[in-house]
Amino acid sequence: MMRRLAITIASIVMACAGPAAAERLVVSLSNHRVAVTSNFVGEELVLFGTIEPDPATSPLRPPYDLVVTVTGPNQTIRTRRKERVLGIWVNVDSREFVAVPSYLAVLSNRPVSNIASQDTLRRLQVGLDNFLLPQRIGVDVADTVRDEPFRRAFVRLQTQQGLYRESGTAVTFLTPTVFRAAIPMPAAVPTGTYTIDVKLFGGGVLAARTSSALEVIKTGFEQYVADAARDYGLLYGMATAMMALVIGWFASVIFARD
Amino acid sequence: MQIYLPIADLPVNVFLVLGMGLAVGYISGMFGIGGGFLMTPLLIFIGISPAVAVATVSSHIAASSFTGAISYWRKRALDIALAMMLLSAGIVGTATGVWLFTELRALDQLDLLIGLSYVTLLTIVGAMMIYESVRAIIRTRHGMPATLRRPGSHTWLHGLPFKLRFKRSKIYVSAIPVWAIGFIIGFIGAIMGIGGGFLLVPMLIYFLRVPTATVIGTSMVLTLVTMASATVMHAATNHLVDAVLALILMVGGVIGAQFGARTGQKMRGERLRLLLGLLVFAVGCRFAYELVVRPDDLYSLRYVMGG
Repeated sequence: MMRRLAITIASIVMACAGPAAAERLVVSLSNHRVAVTSNFVGEELVLFGTIEPDPATSPLRPPYDLVVTVTGPNQTIRTRRKERVLGIWVNVDSREFVAVPSYLAVLSNRPVSNIASQDTLRRLQVGLDNFLLPQRIGVDVADTVRDEPFRRAFVRLQTQQGLYRESGTAVTFLTPTVFRAAIPMPAAVPTGTYTIDVKLFGGGVLAARTSSALEVIKTGFEQYVADAARDYGLLYGMATAMMALVIGWFASVIFARD
Repeated sequence: MQIYLPIADLPVNVFLVLGMGLAVGYISGMFGIGGGFLMTPLLIFIGISPAVAVATVSSHIAASSFTGAISYWRKRALDIALAMMLLSAGIVGTATGVWLFTELRALDQLDLLIGLSYVTLLTIVGAMMIYESVRAIIRTRHGMPATLRRPGSHTWLHGLPFKLRFKRSKIYVSAIPVWAIGFIIGFIGAIMGIGGGFLLVPMLIYFLRVPTATVIGTSMVLTLVTMASATVMHAATNHLVDAVLALILMVGGVIGAQFGARTGQKMRGERLRLLLGLLVFAVGCRFAYELVVRPDDLYSLRYVMGG
Protein backbone atom coordinates (compact mmCIF):
# COMPACT_ATOMS: atom_id res chain seq x y z
CA MET A 1 0.00 0.00 0.00
CA MET A 2 2.75 2.37 1.08
CA ARG A 3 4.72 1.35 -1.94
CA ARG A 4 1.91 2.07 -4.34
CA LEU A 5 1.39 5.42 -2.67
CA ALA A 6 5.07 6.21 -3.06
CA ILE A 7 4.98 5.33 -6.74
CA THR A 8 1.91 7.51 -7.27
CA ILE A 9 3.59 10.41 -5.53
CA ALA A 10 6.74 9.85 -7.55
CA SER A 11 4.81 9.85 -10.80
CA ILE A 12 2.98 12.99 -9.81
CA VAL A 13 6.30 14.61 -8.97
CA MET A 14 7.71 13.50 -12.28
CA ALA A 15 4.68 14.75 -14.16
CA CYS A 16 4.98 18.06 -12.39
CA ALA A 17 8.67 18.28 -13.18
CA GLY A 18 7.70 19.59 -16.57
CA PRO A 19 7.42 18.40 -20.08
CA ALA A 20 10.69 16.45 -19.84
CA ALA A 21 10.30 13.30 -21.85
CA ALA A 22 10.56 9.97 -20.11
CA GLU A 23 11.29 6.54 -21.46
CA ARG A 24 9.78 3.21 -20.74
CA LEU A 25 11.48 -0.16 -21.21
CA VAL A 26 9.70 -3.20 -22.61
CA VAL A 27 11.74 -6.39 -22.35
CA SER A 28 11.16 -10.04 -23.12
CA LEU A 29 13.31 -13.03 -22.27
CA SER A 30 13.75 -15.96 -24.67
CA ASN A 31 13.25 -18.45 -21.88
CA HIS A 32 12.23 -17.98 -18.25
CA ARG A 33 13.27 -21.42 -17.17
CA VAL A 34 16.69 -23.04 -17.58
CA ALA A 35 16.52 -26.79 -17.00
CA VAL A 36 19.71 -28.46 -15.81
CA THR A 37 19.50 -31.97 -17.23
CA SER A 38 22.04 -34.79 -17.43
CA ASN A 39 23.49 -33.40 -20.66
CA PHE A 40 23.50 -29.73 -19.60
CA VAL A 41 26.64 -27.96 -20.78
CA GLY A 42 25.50 -24.37 -20.44
CA GLU A 43 23.07 -22.25 -22.36
CA GLU A 44 22.67 -18.73 -23.67
CA LEU A 45 19.52 -16.76 -22.98
CA VAL A 46 18.53 -13.80 -25.07
CA LEU A 47 16.80 -10.71 -23.76
CA PHE A 48 15.05 -8.51 -26.31
CA GLY A 49 13.72 -5.08 -25.56
CA THR A 50 12.59 -1.76 -26.92
CA ILE A 51 12.73 1.75 -25.59
CA GLU A 52 9.33 3.41 -25.77
CA PRO A 53 8.49 7.03 -25.17
CA ASP A 54 6.40 7.63 -22.07
CA PRO A 55 3.99 9.31 -22.54
CA ALA A 56 3.67 8.12 -26.12
CA THR A 57 3.90 11.56 -27.64
CA SER A 58 7.16 12.66 -26.05
CA PRO A 59 10.24 12.44 -28.24
CA LEU A 60 13.05 9.94 -27.71
CA ARG A 61 16.57 11.24 -27.33
CA PRO A 62 19.11 8.66 -28.46
CA PRO A 63 21.87 7.68 -28.06
CA TYR A 64 21.04 5.49 -25.10
CA ASP A 65 23.17 3.15 -23.04
CA LEU A 66 21.87 -0.03 -21.55
CA VAL A 67 23.11 -2.10 -18.62
CA VAL A 68 21.63 -5.52 -17.81
CA THR A 69 22.53 -6.91 -14.38
CA VAL A 70 21.68 -10.58 -13.79
CA THR A 71 22.00 -11.86 -10.22
CA GLY A 72 21.68 -15.46 -9.07
CA PRO A 73 20.43 -16.71 -5.70
CA ASN A 74 22.39 -15.40 -2.72
CA GLN A 75 25.05 -17.54 -1.16
CA THR A 76 27.61 -17.21 1.59
CA ILE A 77 31.05 -17.95 0.23
CA ARG A 78 34.33 -18.10 2.11
CA THR A 79 37.51 -16.90 0.44
CA ARG A 80 40.67 -18.42 1.86
CA ARG A 81 44.28 -17.39 1.46
CA LYS A 82 47.23 -19.74 1.63
CA GLU A 83 50.43 -18.77 3.38
CA ARG A 84 53.67 -20.57 3.92
CA VAL A 85 53.85 -22.22 7.33
CA LEU A 86 56.87 -24.42 8.17
CA GLY A 87 57.65 -24.83 4.48
CA ILE A 88 54.20 -25.88 3.32
CA TRP A 89 51.29 -23.87 1.97
CA VAL A 90 48.33 -23.75 4.35
CA ASN A 91 45.00 -21.89 4.38
CA VAL A 92 45.64 -19.32 7.07
CA ASP A 93 43.37 -16.33 6.62
CA SER A 94 39.80 -16.32 5.36
CA ARG A 95 36.90 -13.92 4.84
CA GLU A 96 33.26 -14.76 4.54
CA PHE A 97 31.22 -13.01 1.87
CA VAL A 98 27.71 -12.90 3.28
CA ALA A 99 24.64 -13.31 1.04
CA VAL A 100 26.38 -12.37 -2.19
CA PRO A 101 25.00 -13.40 -5.60
CA SER A 102 26.15 -16.85 -6.67
CA TYR A 103 25.93 -15.59 -10.25
CA LEU A 104 26.48 -12.00 -11.32
CA ALA A 105 26.62 -10.76 -14.89
CA VAL A 106 26.89 -7.10 -15.83
CA LEU A 107 26.16 -6.78 -19.54
CA SER A 108 26.21 -3.49 -21.41
CA ASN A 109 26.59 -2.00 -24.87
CA ARG A 110 29.90 -0.36 -23.96
CA PRO A 111 32.20 -0.45 -20.90
CA VAL A 112 30.20 0.77 -17.90
CA SER A 113 32.90 3.26 -16.94
CA ASN A 114 32.08 5.18 -20.16
CA ILE A 115 28.34 5.18 -19.53
CA ALA A 116 27.96 7.28 -16.41
CA SER A 117 30.00 9.03 -13.76
CA GLN A 118 31.70 6.99 -11.05
CA ASP A 119 29.31 8.42 -8.45
CA THR A 120 26.24 7.34 -10.38
CA LEU A 121 27.63 3.87 -11.05
CA ARG A 122 28.49 3.45 -7.40
CA ARG A 123 25.07 4.58 -6.22
CA LEU A 124 23.21 2.31 -8.66
CA GLN A 125 25.63 -0.61 -8.11
CA VAL A 126 26.48 -0.83 -11.80
CA GLY A 127 29.50 -2.97 -12.67
CA LEU A 128 31.39 -5.66 -10.76
CA ASP A 129 33.55 -3.02 -9.07
CA ASN A 130 30.52 -1.15 -7.79
CA PHE A 131 28.36 -4.05 -6.74
CA LEU A 132 27.97 -4.43 -2.98
CA LEU A 133 29.74 -7.56 -1.77
CA PRO A 134 29.41 -7.50 2.02
CA GLN A 135 32.08 -9.32 4.02
CA ARG A 136 31.97 -10.40 7.62
CA ILE A 137 34.77 -8.57 9.39
CA GLY A 138 34.75 -9.47 13.06
CA VAL A 139 31.15 -8.88 14.12
CA ASP A 140 30.41 -6.33 11.40
CA VAL A 141 29.17 -7.01 7.91
CA ALA A 142 30.27 -4.43 5.38
CA ASP A 143 31.60 -4.01 1.88
CA THR A 144 35.20 -2.96 1.52
CA VAL A 145 37.01 -0.82 -1.00
CA ARG A 146 37.15 -2.56 -4.33
CA ASP A 147 40.93 -2.95 -4.25
CA GLU A 148 40.89 -4.94 -1.01
CA PRO A 149 42.82 -8.20 -1.75
CA PHE A 150 40.11 -10.62 -0.59
CA ARG A 151 37.41 -8.86 -2.58
CA ARG A 152 39.58 -8.81 -5.68
CA ALA A 153 40.48 -12.49 -5.29
CA PHE A 154 36.82 -13.39 -4.77
CA VAL A 155 35.67 -11.57 -7.91
CA ARG A 156 38.59 -12.99 -9.90
CA LEU A 157 37.89 -16.60 -8.85
CA GLN A 158 34.17 -16.28 -9.53
CA THR A 159 35.00 -14.78 -12.93
CA GLN A 160 37.34 -17.68 -13.72
CA GLN A 161 34.47 -20.10 -13.10
CA GLY A 162 32.28 -18.09 -15.43
CA LEU A 163 29.92 -17.18 -12.60
CA TYR A 164 30.80 -13.49 -12.48
CA ARG A 165 31.31 -11.49 -15.62
CA GLU A 166 31.31 -7.99 -16.96
CA SER A 167 30.95 -7.51 -20.68
CA GLY A 168 30.82 -4.22 -22.54
CA THR A 169 29.75 -5.92 -25.77
CA ALA A 170 26.96 -8.28 -24.69
CA VAL A 171 24.23 -5.74 -25.42
CA THR A 172 23.65 -4.78 -29.06
CA PHE A 173 21.41 -2.00 -30.32
CA LEU A 174 19.62 -3.30 -33.43
CA THR A 175 18.09 0.13 -34.04
CA PRO A 176 18.63 3.16 -31.79
CA THR A 177 15.68 1.96 -29.68
CA VAL A 178 15.62 -1.84 -30.08
CA PHE A 179 18.25 -3.88 -28.24
CA ARG A 180 19.29 -7.46 -27.66
CA ALA A 181 21.34 -8.85 -24.76
CA ALA A 182 22.99 -12.27 -24.59
CA ILE A 183 22.98 -13.78 -21.09
CA PRO A 184 25.44 -16.66 -20.79
CA MET A 185 24.56 -19.48 -18.39
CA PRO A 186 27.68 -21.61 -17.83
CA ALA A 187 27.42 -25.32 -17.05
CA ALA A 188 28.12 -24.70 -13.36
CA VAL A 189 25.21 -22.26 -12.77
CA PRO A 190 23.67 -22.57 -9.32
CA THR A 191 19.99 -23.46 -9.23
CA GLY A 192 17.41 -21.00 -7.97
CA THR A 193 15.68 -17.77 -8.91
CA TYR A 194 17.60 -15.15 -10.86
CA THR A 195 16.65 -11.52 -11.18
CA ILE A 196 17.37 -9.44 -14.25
CA ASP A 197 17.65 -5.71 -13.73
CA VAL A 198 17.66 -3.58 -16.87
CA LYS A 199 18.81 0.04 -16.60
CA LEU A 200 18.60 2.59 -19.36
CA PHE A 201 20.98 5.55 -19.35
CA GLY A 202 20.60 8.66 -21.44
CA GLY A 203 23.41 11.19 -21.31
CA GLY A 204 24.93 9.55 -18.23
CA VAL A 205 21.69 9.70 -16.23
CA LEU A 206 19.38 6.84 -15.33
CA ALA A 207 16.37 7.25 -17.64
CA ALA A 208 14.34 4.10 -17.05
CA ARG A 209 14.53 0.83 -15.26
CA THR A 210 12.70 -2.47 -15.37
CA SER A 211 13.22 -6.00 -14.13
CA SER A 212 12.47 -9.56 -15.02
CA ALA A 213 13.25 -12.96 -13.54
CA LEU A 214 14.24 -16.43 -14.55
CA GLU A 215 14.56 -19.75 -12.85
CA VAL A 216 17.32 -22.35 -13.04
CA ILE A 217 16.13 -25.77 -11.97
CA LYS A 218 17.52 -29.27 -11.90
CA THR A 219 15.03 -31.59 -13.52
CA GLY A 220 14.28 -35.26 -13.68
CA PHE A 221 16.90 -37.67 -12.47
CA GLU A 222 19.44 -35.02 -11.38
CA GLN A 223 16.86 -33.33 -9.18
CA TYR A 224 15.84 -36.67 -7.73
CA VAL A 225 19.41 -37.68 -6.86
CA ALA A 226 20.32 -34.29 -5.40
CA ASP A 227 17.16 -34.19 -3.27
CA ALA A 228 17.67 -37.74 -2.07
CA ALA A 229 21.28 -37.03 -1.09
CA ARG A 230 20.27 -33.96 0.89
CA ASP A 231 17.03 -35.09 2.51
CA TYR A 232 17.57 -38.81 3.03
CA GLY A 233 21.35 -39.02 3.48
CA LEU A 234 21.35 -42.31 5.33
CA LEU A 235 19.04 -44.12 2.90
CA TYR A 236 20.89 -42.62 -0.05
CA GLY A 237 24.21 -43.85 1.35
CA MET A 238 22.82 -47.33 1.91
CA ALA A 239 21.43 -47.40 -1.62
CA THR A 240 24.83 -46.35 -3.02
CA ALA A 241 26.60 -49.02 -0.95
CA MET A 242 24.07 -51.62 -2.17
CA MET A 243 24.71 -50.51 -5.75
CA ALA A 244 28.44 -51.08 -5.16
CA LEU A 245 27.78 -54.60 -3.89
CA VAL A 246 25.45 -55.47 -6.76
CA ILE A 247 27.95 -54.26 -9.37
CA GLY A 248 30.81 -56.04 -7.61
CA TRP A 249 28.81 -59.26 -7.48
CA PHE A 250 27.66 -58.88 -11.06
CA ALA A 251 31.25 -58.49 -12.28
CA SER A 252 32.37 -61.62 -10.45
CA VAL A 253 29.50 -63.59 -12.05
CA ILE A 254 30.24 -62.33 -15.57
CA PHE A 255 33.97 -62.89 -15.35
CA ALA A 256 33.89 -66.16 -13.39
CA ARG A 257 36.29 -68.47 -15.15
CA ASP A 258 34.93 -71.83 -14.14
CA MET B 1 29.46 -37.42 -24.19
CA GLN B 2 28.97 -35.07 -21.29
CA ILE B 3 26.97 -36.00 -18.23
CA TYR B 4 26.02 -33.69 -15.38
CA LEU B 5 26.96 -34.93 -11.91
CA PRO B 6 24.18 -34.04 -9.46
CA ILE B 7 26.25 -33.76 -6.28
CA ALA B 8 29.60 -32.62 -7.65
CA ASP B 9 27.53 -30.04 -9.62
CA LEU B 10 29.55 -30.11 -12.79
CA PRO B 11 29.48 -31.85 -16.15
CA VAL B 12 32.10 -34.47 -16.95
CA ASN B 13 32.89 -36.60 -19.97
CA VAL B 14 31.49 -40.10 -19.39
CA PHE B 15 34.23 -41.79 -21.40
CA LEU B 16 36.99 -39.96 -19.54
CA VAL B 17 35.63 -41.09 -16.16
CA LEU B 18 34.96 -44.61 -17.46
CA GLY B 19 38.53 -44.73 -18.78
CA MET B 20 39.88 -43.61 -15.42
CA GLY B 21 37.83 -46.36 -13.77
CA LEU B 22 39.23 -48.94 -16.20
CA ALA B 23 42.84 -47.80 -15.76
CA VAL B 24 42.71 -47.68 -11.96
CA GLY B 25 40.75 -50.94 -11.93
CA TYR B 26 43.45 -52.58 -14.04
CA ILE B 27 46.16 -51.47 -11.62
CA SER B 28 44.12 -52.49 -8.60
CA GLY B 29 43.44 -55.94 -10.05
CA MET B 30 47.10 -56.38 -10.88
CA PHE B 31 48.36 -55.54 -7.40
CA GLY B 32 45.37 -56.68 -5.37
CA ILE B 33 44.71 -53.23 -3.94
CA GLY B 34 41.67 -50.92 -3.93
CA GLY B 35 43.29 -48.17 -5.98
CA GLY B 36 41.75 -45.32 -4.01
CA PHE B 37 45.11 -43.60 -3.60
CA LEU B 38 45.18 -43.20 -7.41
CA MET B 39 41.50 -42.52 -8.03
CA THR B 40 41.02 -39.75 -5.48
CA PRO B 41 43.87 -37.58 -6.88
CA LEU B 42 42.65 -38.21 -10.44
CA LEU B 43 39.14 -37.03 -9.58
CA ILE B 44 40.53 -33.93 -7.87
CA PHE B 45 42.59 -33.32 -10.99
CA ILE B 46 39.52 -33.27 -13.29
CA GLY B 47 37.90 -30.62 -11.11
CA ILE B 48 35.85 -32.54 -8.56
CA SER B 49 36.19 -31.06 -5.08
CA PRO B 50 38.46 -33.10 -2.74
CA ALA B 51 35.60 -33.70 -0.31
CA VAL B 52 33.25 -35.15 -2.97
CA ALA B 53 36.12 -37.18 -4.45
CA VAL B 54 37.03 -38.80 -1.12
CA ALA B 55 33.41 -39.60 -0.27
CA THR B 56 32.56 -41.01 -3.70
CA VAL B 57 35.70 -43.10 -4.14
CA SER B 58 34.81 -45.07 -1.01
CA SER B 59 31.79 -46.57 -2.81
CA HIS B 60 33.91 -47.36 -5.85
CA ILE B 61 36.41 -49.26 -3.70
CA ALA B 62 33.57 -51.14 -2.00
CA ALA B 63 32.48 -52.44 -5.42
CA SER B 64 35.92 -53.57 -6.59
CA SER B 65 36.86 -55.17 -3.26
CA PHE B 66 33.57 -57.07 -3.22
CA THR B 67 34.42 -58.61 -6.61
CA GLY B 68 37.84 -59.54 -5.25
CA ALA B 69 36.51 -60.92 -1.99
CA ILE B 70 34.05 -63.20 -3.83
CA SER B 71 36.80 -64.77 -5.94
CA TYR B 72 39.02 -65.30 -2.87
CA TRP B 73 36.04 -66.80 -1.05
CA ARG B 74 35.64 -69.31 -3.87
CA LYS B 75 39.31 -70.24 -3.52
CA ARG B 76 38.80 -70.52 0.26
CA ALA B 77 41.67 -68.05 0.71
CA LEU B 78 39.85 -65.95 3.26
CA ASP B 79 40.03 -65.88 7.06
CA ILE B 80 36.56 -64.80 8.19
CA ALA B 81 37.36 -64.87 11.90
CA LEU B 82 40.36 -62.57 11.50
CA ALA B 83 38.41 -60.30 9.15
CA MET B 84 35.58 -59.95 11.71
CA MET B 85 38.05 -59.14 14.46
CA LEU B 86 39.71 -56.42 12.32
CA LEU B 87 36.30 -55.11 11.33
CA SER B 88 34.99 -54.57 14.84
CA ALA B 89 37.76 -52.00 15.28
CA GLY B 90 37.67 -50.87 11.65
CA ILE B 91 34.12 -49.52 11.96
CA VAL B 92 35.10 -47.44 15.01
CA GLY B 93 38.09 -46.13 13.07
CA THR B 94 35.90 -45.19 10.10
CA ALA B 95 33.39 -43.36 12.31
CA THR B 96 36.23 -41.41 13.96
CA GLY B 97 37.67 -40.60 10.55
CA VAL B 98 34.34 -39.34 9.16
CA TRP B 99 33.85 -37.22 12.30
CA LEU B 100 37.31 -35.63 11.96
CA PHE B 101 36.68 -35.12 8.23
CA THR B 102 33.54 -33.09 9.04
CA GLU B 103 35.27 -31.03 11.74
CA LEU B 104 38.28 -30.15 9.59
CA ARG B 105 36.10 -29.31 6.63
CA ALA B 106 34.46 -26.64 8.75
CA LEU B 107 37.90 -25.28 9.67
CA ASP B 108 39.09 -25.08 6.02
CA GLN B 109 41.93 -27.46 6.76
CA LEU B 110 40.58 -30.57 5.07
CA ASP B 111 42.64 -30.18 1.89
CA LEU B 112 45.77 -29.80 3.98
CA LEU B 113 45.02 -32.91 6.02
CA ILE B 114 44.33 -34.98 2.89
CA GLY B 115 47.53 -33.66 1.27
CA LEU B 116 49.72 -34.25 4.32
CA SER B 117 48.41 -37.76 4.95
CA TYR B 118 49.03 -38.68 1.33
CA VAL B 119 52.59 -37.37 1.42
CA THR B 120 53.67 -39.05 4.64
CA LEU B 121 51.91 -42.34 4.06
CA LEU B 122 52.67 -42.83 0.38
CA THR B 123 56.33 -41.78 0.43
CA ILE B 124 57.14 -43.90 3.48
CA VAL B 125 55.21 -46.99 2.38
CA GLY B 126 56.45 -46.59 -1.21
CA ALA B 127 60.08 -46.29 -0.13
CA MET B 128 59.77 -49.33 2.13
CA MET B 129 58.25 -51.41 -0.66
CA ILE B 130 60.95 -50.37 -3.13
CA TYR B 131 63.69 -51.22 -0.61
CA GLU B 132 62.19 -54.59 0.25
CA SER B 133 61.53 -55.67 -3.33
CA VAL B 134 64.92 -54.52 -4.66
CA ARG B 135 66.60 -56.59 -1.95
CA ALA B 136 64.48 -59.58 -2.89
CA ILE B 137 65.36 -59.17 -6.58
CA ILE B 138 69.10 -58.91 -5.79
CA ARG B 139 68.91 -62.01 -3.63
CA THR B 140 67.26 -64.06 -6.38
CA ARG B 141 69.93 -62.81 -8.81
CA HIS B 142 72.58 -64.23 -6.47
CA GLY B 143 70.82 -67.55 -6.46
CA MET B 144 69.51 -67.27 -2.92
CA PRO B 145 65.92 -68.24 -2.20
CA ALA B 146 63.73 -65.16 -2.07
CA THR B 147 61.74 -66.14 0.97
CA LEU B 148 60.86 -63.52 3.53
CA ARG B 149 62.13 -63.83 7.06
CA ARG B 150 60.24 -66.80 8.41
CA PRO B 151 57.66 -66.05 11.04
CA GLY B 152 58.89 -67.90 14.04
CA SER B 153 60.78 -65.24 15.85
CA HIS B 154 58.57 -63.90 18.60
CA THR B 155 58.28 -60.13 18.99
CA TRP B 156 56.87 -58.13 21.89
CA LEU B 157 53.51 -58.26 20.09
CA HIS B 158 53.25 -61.92 20.97
CA GLY B 159 53.60 -61.17 24.67
CA LEU B 160 50.35 -59.16 24.84
CA PRO B 161 47.27 -60.57 26.58
CA PHE B 162 43.83 -61.56 25.14
CA LYS B 163 45.27 -64.17 22.85
CA LEU B 164 43.12 -65.61 20.10
CA ARG B 165 43.57 -68.46 17.67
CA PHE B 166 42.72 -67.96 13.99
CA LYS B 167 42.40 -71.41 12.47
CA ARG B 168 42.44 -70.69 8.77
CA SER B 169 45.49 -68.43 9.00
CA LYS B 170 47.11 -70.76 11.53
CA ILE B 171 48.14 -67.93 13.86
CA TYR B 172 47.80 -67.37 17.60
CA VAL B 173 48.00 -63.66 18.45
CA SER B 174 46.75 -61.08 20.92
CA ALA B 175 43.57 -59.19 20.02
CA ILE B 176 45.18 -55.81 20.82
CA PRO B 177 47.39 -55.45 17.68
CA VAL B 178 44.52 -56.83 15.57
CA TRP B 179 42.19 -54.13 16.87
CA ALA B 180 44.85 -51.44 16.51
CA ILE B 181 45.45 -52.34 12.87
CA GLY B 182 41.71 -52.44 12.14
CA PHE B 183 41.20 -49.02 13.74
CA ILE B 184 44.12 -47.40 11.88
CA ILE B 185 42.95 -48.73 8.50
CA GLY B 186 39.35 -47.64 9.07
CA PHE B 187 40.44 -44.18 10.22
CA ILE B 188 42.90 -43.56 7.39
CA GLY B 189 40.45 -44.91 4.82
CA ALA B 190 37.69 -42.50 5.81
CA ILE B 191 39.96 -39.45 5.75
CA MET B 192 41.95 -40.23 2.63
CA GLY B 193 39.34 -42.01 0.54
CA ILE B 194 41.49 -45.10 0.23
CA GLY B 195 40.74 -48.71 1.06
CA GLY B 196 44.12 -49.05 2.72
CA GLY B 197 44.86 -52.44 1.11
CA PHE B 198 48.43 -51.43 0.29
CA LEU B 199 48.92 -50.64 4.00
CA LEU B 200 46.93 -53.48 5.49
CA VAL B 201 48.61 -56.31 3.60
CA PRO B 202 52.17 -55.48 4.79
CA MET B 203 50.88 -54.84 8.32
CA LEU B 204 49.19 -58.21 8.49
CA ILE B 205 52.27 -59.97 7.12
CA TYR B 206 54.90 -58.23 9.24
CA PHE B 207 53.07 -57.69 12.53
CA LEU B 208 50.64 -60.60 12.74
CA ARG B 209 52.56 -63.09 10.56
CA VAL B 210 49.42 -63.87 8.55
CA PRO B 211 50.40 -66.29 5.75
CA THR B 212 50.32 -64.92 2.19
CA ALA B 213 47.63 -67.44 1.23
CA THR B 214 44.91 -65.71 3.25
CA VAL B 215 46.24 -62.17 3.54
CA ILE B 216 44.82 -60.55 0.37
CA GLY B 217 41.38 -62.12 0.68
CA THR B 218 41.12 -61.10 4.32
CA SER B 219 42.29 -57.57 3.57
CA MET B 220 39.63 -57.32 0.85
CA VAL B 221 36.84 -58.20 3.26
CA LEU B 222 38.04 -55.50 5.64
CA THR B 223 38.32 -52.98 2.79
CA LEU B 224 34.84 -53.89 1.59
CA VAL B 225 33.15 -53.34 4.93
CA THR B 226 35.06 -50.17 5.94
CA MET B 227 34.47 -48.60 2.53
CA ALA B 228 30.78 -49.56 2.39
CA SER B 229 30.26 -48.07 5.84
CA ALA B 230 32.34 -45.01 4.93
CA THR B 231 29.98 -44.51 1.96
CA VAL B 232 26.93 -44.64 4.22
CA MET B 233 28.48 -42.37 6.87
CA HIS B 234 29.77 -39.80 4.35
CA ALA B 235 26.33 -39.74 2.72
CA ALA B 236 24.52 -39.37 6.03
CA THR B 237 26.75 -36.66 7.55
CA ASN B 238 28.31 -34.68 4.71
CA HIS B 239 25.89 -35.42 1.80
CA LEU B 240 28.85 -35.61 -0.53
CA VAL B 241 28.55 -39.01 -2.23
CA ASP B 242 27.81 -38.61 -5.93
CA ALA B 243 25.94 -41.75 -6.96
CA VAL B 244 26.16 -41.01 -10.70
CA LEU B 245 29.94 -40.54 -10.55
CA ALA B 246 30.25 -43.63 -8.34
CA LEU B 247 28.28 -45.75 -10.82
CA ILE B 248 30.50 -44.81 -13.79
CA LEU B 249 33.66 -45.44 -11.77
CA MET B 250 32.41 -48.80 -10.49
CA VAL B 251 31.52 -50.11 -13.93
CA GLY B 252 34.95 -49.15 -15.31
CA GLY B 253 36.70 -50.33 -12.15
CA VAL B 254 35.32 -53.86 -11.94
CA ILE B 255 35.98 -54.54 -15.64
CA GLY B 256 39.53 -53.19 -15.46
CA ALA B 257 40.21 -55.20 -12.31
CA GLN B 258 39.45 -58.49 -14.07
CA PHE B 259 42.02 -57.84 -16.79
CA GLY B 260 44.53 -56.48 -14.30
CA ALA B 261 44.29 -59.62 -12.19
CA ARG B 262 45.24 -61.76 -15.20
CA THR B 263 48.33 -59.65 -15.93
CA GLY B 264 49.28 -59.67 -12.25
CA GLN B 265 49.23 -63.44 -12.03
CA LYS B 266 51.79 -63.70 -14.84
CA MET B 267 54.32 -61.44 -13.09
CA ARG B 268 56.86 -62.36 -10.45
CA GLY B 269 55.96 -61.30 -6.90
CA GLU B 270 58.98 -59.09 -6.18
CA ARG B 271 58.76 -57.35 -9.57
CA LEU B 272 55.12 -56.64 -8.89
CA ARG B 273 55.95 -55.21 -5.44
CA LEU B 274 58.71 -53.04 -6.91
CA LEU B 275 56.34 -51.61 -9.50
CA LEU B 276 53.66 -50.94 -6.89
CA GLY B 277 56.27 -49.38 -4.59
CA LEU B 278 57.42 -47.02 -7.36
CA LEU B 279 53.83 -46.08 -8.16
CA VAL B 280 52.96 -45.39 -4.52
CA PHE B 281 56.16 -43.38 -4.03
CA ALA B 282 55.54 -41.33 -7.19
CA VAL B 283 52.01 -40.37 -6.11
CA GLY B 284 53.39 -39.39 -2.68
CA CYS B 285 56.04 -37.15 -4.28
CA ARG B 286 53.39 -35.52 -6.47
CA PHE B 287 51.46 -34.52 -3.34
CA ALA B 288 54.64 -33.31 -1.60
CA TYR B 289 55.42 -31.12 -4.60
CA GLU B 290 51.99 -29.55 -4.40
CA LEU B 291 52.36 -28.69 -0.71
CA VAL B 292 55.86 -27.24 -0.93
CA VAL B 293 55.77 -25.33 -4.20
CA ARG B 294 54.04 -21.96 -4.16
CA PRO B 295 50.55 -22.53 -5.58
CA ASP B 296 49.50 -20.67 -8.75
CA ASP B 297 46.65 -19.15 -6.85
CA LEU B 298 46.93 -18.38 -3.15
CA TYR B 299 43.18 -17.85 -2.88
CA SER B 300 40.41 -20.41 -3.04
CA LEU B 301 36.66 -20.36 -2.48
CA ARG B 302 34.43 -22.57 -0.40
CA TYR B 303 30.67 -22.51 -0.42
CA VAL B 304 29.31 -22.26 3.09
CA MET B 305 26.17 -24.31 3.73
CA GLY B 306 22.80 -22.57 3.41
CA GLY B 307 21.95 -19.31 1.76
